[in-house]
Amino acid sequence: MGNSTVFNVRGLNVYYGDFLAVKDVDMDIKKESVTALIGPSGCGKSTYLRCLNRMNDLIIGASVKGQVSFENRNIYDSNVDATEVRSRIGMVFQKPNPFPKSIYRNIAFGLKVNGFTGDMDEAVERSLKQAALWDEVKDRLNDSAFALSGGQQQRLCIARALAIQPEVILMDEPASALDPIATLAIEDLVRELKVNYTIVIVTHNMQQAARVSDETAFFMVDKDRSGYLVEHDDTQKIFTNPTNQRTEEYITGRFS
Amino acid sequence: MNEYKPVAGSVSPNRKRRKIIGTSVYFVFLISTLVGIVSLGVLIFDVLDKGIPWLNWQFLTDYPSRKPEEAGLYSALIGTIWLMFMTALLTVPIGVGAAIYLEEYAPRNFFTKVIEINVSNLAGVPSIVYGLLGMSLFVYYLGSSEQFLGRTLLAGALTLALLVLPIVIMASREAIRAVPDSYRQGAYAMGADKWQVIKGVVLPSALPGILTGTILAMSRAIGEAAPVIAISALVYMTFIPAHPMERFTVLPIQIYNWVARPQEEFRGLAAAGIIVLLAILLTMNAIAVVLRNKYQTRSEE
Repeated sequence: MGNSTVFNVRGLNVYYGDFLAVKDVDMDIKKESVTALIGPSGCGKSTYLRCLNRMNDLIIGASVKGQVSFENRNIYDSNVDATEVRSRIGMVFQKPNPFPKSIYRNIAFGLKVNGFTGDMDEAVERSLKQAALWDEVKDRLNDSAFALSGGQQQRLCIARALAIQPEVILMDEPASALDPIATLAIEDLVRELKVNYTIVIVTHNMQQAARVSDETAFFMVDKDRSGYLVEHDDTQKIFTNPTNQRTEEYITGRFS
Repeated sequence: MNEYKPVAGSVSPNRKRRKIIGTSVYFVFLISTLVGIVSLGVLIFDVLDKGIPWLNWQFLTDYPSRKPEEAGLYSALIGTIWLMFMTALLTVPIGVGAAIYLEEYAPRNFFTKVIEINVSNLAGVPSIVYGLLGMSLFVYYLGSSEQFLGRTLLAGALTLALLVLPIVIMASREAIRAVPDSYRQGAYAMGADKWQVIKGVVLPSALPGILTGTILAMSRAIGEAAPVIAISALVYMTFIPAHPMERFTVLPIQIYNWVARPQEEFRGLAAAGIIVLLAILLTMNAIAVVLRNKYQTRSEE
């Protein structure tokens, strides 16, 4: 594929207090591609994802050791501002979490926070179109975001993340709270967005990983309940001819 | 397959006795409820019966007088409104600020636990204690030079602010705590810093709860007589305060004063005063309930 890498993760360890949640992860993530993180519950894939835009800073007791280089700069360096990191690396959560504001203001919020001075209407319209939501909401931009369906809310959250023009979007099981049709809409969206964005997506759904991702990373949990990276390769290879036996067992459903 | 044999012993349901107990318990609880409702009903009936003949426009717009037929509670009504708004003005920024600090900024440790417990304890301190504190602090200590404070509206508002501050802090903290963490996470994920998250997402969501708590705290404040008596507001005022540095009187004091008079007519005036005070309190509580319901249904959509 020849894409350059956007993240270089080296020797990453994440602790919650004394508990080692993620152990020794080394991973390169390619630019403008979709990387899926799969693995059983509790294997640290969500924790790992939250390291990539410093969301773990917000969890009391969480500490991150090691290096996460984003565009060749370690985002955990003391002179790096976490808010800058997060404005360049957006995030979409498991459960749709629109603010209790109008559809319009849900998107305008991120722009205002980041000091956007251009045409707000245009920026809102562009983000909603990018998230394939514009046609459904263009006549009711001032309605509460809570009036939307779950799938629409999640696309609003994606639009909200896109509005501030990040380079990367992290998605933490973005479709797990949605019905199959809304899930397919999100998956279509992910495939469209990878043209311009780097996407890292955590999913429990193996078919989803196979459908949307270019590369897949498989995480496991060891006997101390610490998560670690087992294998990371092209999705094609992971799903047809994995190197590690445990990967194969997990993929094929023969898992203890 | 196991076979289970019945255990030896007999059953005597005694349904008749259980029914009697069940019915009598029902009546005991019903009567317990009625005690409260009936006494409130009697109180309201008695007040309305005595007060309504005295309740007219003139009663609301006249100053107090030695002659019952000319007496009104204009100065007390205006004083109460003054005091309520000044107390709110002092309490809301301080109370909400403290609540924001305790919920969003303060680390969870022994020290903040101590503060937390003490705030709830302060809410239970008898109001006369606040009155005496206000008297010694605002009236005597800060008011000794006469130009500053003394027995003024401002001293009264400061005293009542101390009284209701714990209530406002607790209500605001609850409202802030009820804001789902997913809102904060969503805002942080867009590159907002802490204050932007609080201002843009947390406070707007918590506002109805904060407002409700504040209104209820204010209705507590204007019903209090003890602290204002300690500040020694005037009981016989034939002018209305024009600014916060003037002396004042309030409805509970005016009512107390009328009740203490020997003539029967003043009892009627006191009852009319109670009706006015109750009407204000009920209106404020109704506003609080309406606000709460309105925003509750909205956030459930």
